[in-house]
Amino acid sequence: MITRFRQIEMRLMGPLTMIPIVLLLVILGTIAALPVVATILSELVADFVPPALQHLTIVVLGTAGFVGILALNPIYSIWLERKVAAHVQDRLGPMRVGWHGLLQSFADGVKLMFKEDLVPRDADRVLFGAAPMLAVASAFAAFAIVPWGVREDGTVLAVANLNIGVLYFIAITSLGALAVLMAGWGSNNKYALYGGMRAAAQMVSYEIPTAILVLVVVAQVGSLSIPDIVNAQAGGILGVGDWLIFQLFPLNLIAFVLFFICGLAETNRTPFDIPEAESELVAGFHTEYSGMRFAFFFLAEYGNMLLVSMLAALLFLGGWIGPFGSNPLLFFVKGFGLVVVQMWLRWTLPRLRVDQLMGICWKYVIPISFFLLVVTTVIKGLL
Amino acid sequence: MAEQRSPVDGAPLVTLYDEELPPDNSYAFSPEELEEDEMILNMGPQHPSTHGVLRVELKTDGEIVKDARPHIGYLHRNFEKHAENIDYQGVIPFTDRMDYVGSMGNSLAYALTVEKLLGIGVGERVAGIRVITAELQRIASHLLAMGTYGMDIGAFTPFLLCFQQRERILDLFEWLCGARLLYNYNWVGGVSHDLPEGWTDKCRRFLDEFVPVLDEVDKLLSHNKIFIRRTADIGIITPEMAKDYALSGPNLRGSGIDWDLRRDDPYLGYENYDFNVVVATSPHGPVGSCWDRYFVRVREMYESVKIVRQALDRLPAEGDVHENVPRFVRPLAGEAYCRSEAPRGELAFYIVAENKKPIPYRVKGRSPCFVAMGLFHEITRGEMIADIIAIIGSLDIVLGEIDR
Repeated sequence: MITRFRQIEMRLMGPLTMIPIVLLLVILGTIAALPVVATILSELVADFVPPALQHLTIVVLGTAGFVGILALNPIYSIWLERKVAAHVQDRLGPMRVGWHGLLQSFADGVKLMFKEDLVPRDADRVLFGAAPMLAVASAFAAFAIVPWGVREDGTVLAVANLNIGVLYFIAITSLGALAVLMAGWGSNNKYALYGGMRAAAQMVSYEIPTAILVLVVVAQVGSLSIPDIVNAQAGGILGVGDWLIFQLFPLNLIAFVLFFICGLAETNRTPFDIPEAESELVAGFHTEYSGMRFAFFFLAEYGNMLLVSMLAALLFLGGWIGPFGSNPLLFFVKGFGLVVVQMWLRWTLPRLRVDQLMGICWKYVIPISFFLLVVTTVIKGLL
Repeated sequence: MAEQRSPVDGAPLVTLYDEELPPDNSYAFSPEELEEDEMILNMGPQHPSTHGVLRVELKTDGEIVKDARPHIGYLHRNFEKHAENIDYQGVIPFTDRMDYVGSMGNSLAYALTVEKLLGIGVGERVAGIRVITAELQRIASHLLAMGTYGMDIGAFTPFLLCFQQRERILDLFEWLCGARLLYNYNWVGGVSHDLPEGWTDKCRRFLDEFVPVLDEVDKLLSHNKIFIRRTADIGIITPEMAKDYALSGPNLRGSGIDWDLRRDDPYLGYENYDFNVVVATSPHGPVGSCWDRYFVRVREMYESVKIVRQALDRLPAEGDVHENVPRFVRPLAGEAYCRSEAPRGELAFYIVAENKKPIPYRVKGRSPCFVAMGLFHEITRGEMIADIIAIIGSLDIVLGEIDR
């Protein structure tokens, strides 16, 4: 009986499994060929769209592209996270739905879509409804300034090539704290309130060292524009030697590690996941959320994970510059590699307590960041 | 008002009230007594980390807990009253359900008490088997305590690694008596089944493979900097407090007091086994912290492995496990109190028997978890919310035993 059931399942799942695999290959292929794709697209736009709308069309197309990637990101990331967790814990993880459980996240997504959208009776409906949207919006909006690479003529492959990109990044990510606070307050639940308050305190505190560490990079490169920062890291041994992380050794290495720690804290990942500390606060700020609103928080969380990883890759690991020439795919792989490191940490480390977390920020991370800023600036000035 | 009196010496046992008492709410916090900035937070009975259906009421000021009051009784199943209506052997399955993650220890304590009442002993093989099962159960129970404690602090991975090993012990028990959790294995005067053929080899193999895994989990969790900082200076139970509140087992030894019934009041021939009583050394903070209690359990598992190895080596090859099982249990009038070292501490039963009656007059269980909950409010006062979880976990309570 069970074998028969399994056979039917296999027959159904076999072709369906191809969907995520093909989708992934298409996405990766597009990213790898992004300079070519962008050239073709801009030529098409130049041919068929009236001149007044050309710029707008390109921005819309670019936005659609990265929103598509971000919407699919949780599906692969959650699958990857569950696989990483499973293998850390000596088990298999999802195996039944599709090839090695690849369709599991799709199934979960469908389930979340059809779940009843519960709102607690005494909740603040406006804040409760707006919080997940704001969370997603802040996570997605920050991606607008992420440059994916450069074309041969020097044009940057970004939706918005701002000359103050890093400032925009710092400003937009602050909105995430507001969303979490709104969710915690609007739920009218004491556990959610605790989660929201913790999140606000944590995110606001860790924004300070993040900004200082970004300044460390800016002070060395002399530009607020992210493409300039990446271009300054080109060259060197094997195309790797001039990555910022290897310059002024070990100052920039420390800066990178601290930046990554701040990223963990800003995205509420273990060991800094106290806003949703499962064993203390049930689920923290999203205790009362279900269905798609809950899924939105997931979307935002995985979007933020990818964002801080990509930013770390851009600022310290040379972005799209690597030993085999420059390619957007290389940048994507670097970003996703750091996401995997985040997952690895999550399934290995326990959680800090809220006062210890703040202690680490104010007693260690901020002073060291200031020290790094001063020292790197002085060295740059002397050189 | 009527009184139940002991048939032995006429001492009052239970006071029965004729009229129904009004509900007493004075124990709960009332909103009126709150000061500014204070809030009542209700934790449980449905909460991921209260280890069952414990309900804790917290009076909080921000993250600081001003006061904590545990409410118990959500798992009360009337064990002691049931026991007054069932024959002596029939009580054993009920004892299994007290501490449901350490069933072997419960039925062992009860069987020892009835044997004391009857004045019978058990053969060497039965004693050996009982030691093996009791120590394996101790390992299984401590594995659960260790894994869930890691989860309380936020580390998920040790939990699954511990449960894998726990499953293997449960597999051994299943092979032995057919049940994985509630065994009904220790009978009055014997055990229900003899060891199956090949069981001892499998058990030895498990021990050999278990120790490296335990080393690994120990490395992963116990000496982790974050874990130490979370646990090593909270929930301090000073040795004096531990004595005043009559703690027992790992909680008592975690406070640095060298006391183990297996050595100090031996039963089942524990005096012949070579093992150390693990006492907290507290390298990371004051003695009696959560980390100390946790680490006592970890090191006790190594000692239990030692005891099981010795017991397997010494086990007589032949022997009828039902040899001393009495046909009828009808003790003379009298009372018996027998204590033993269960995974969670000193588990004891007190039985009052009427002359030649097949059912006990009164059965009282002395539960180590219930006693440990007595000082919960003292060690939680002034800590933070996250520490409450750490303290509950470090006391390693099982609500089935507290509420009975």
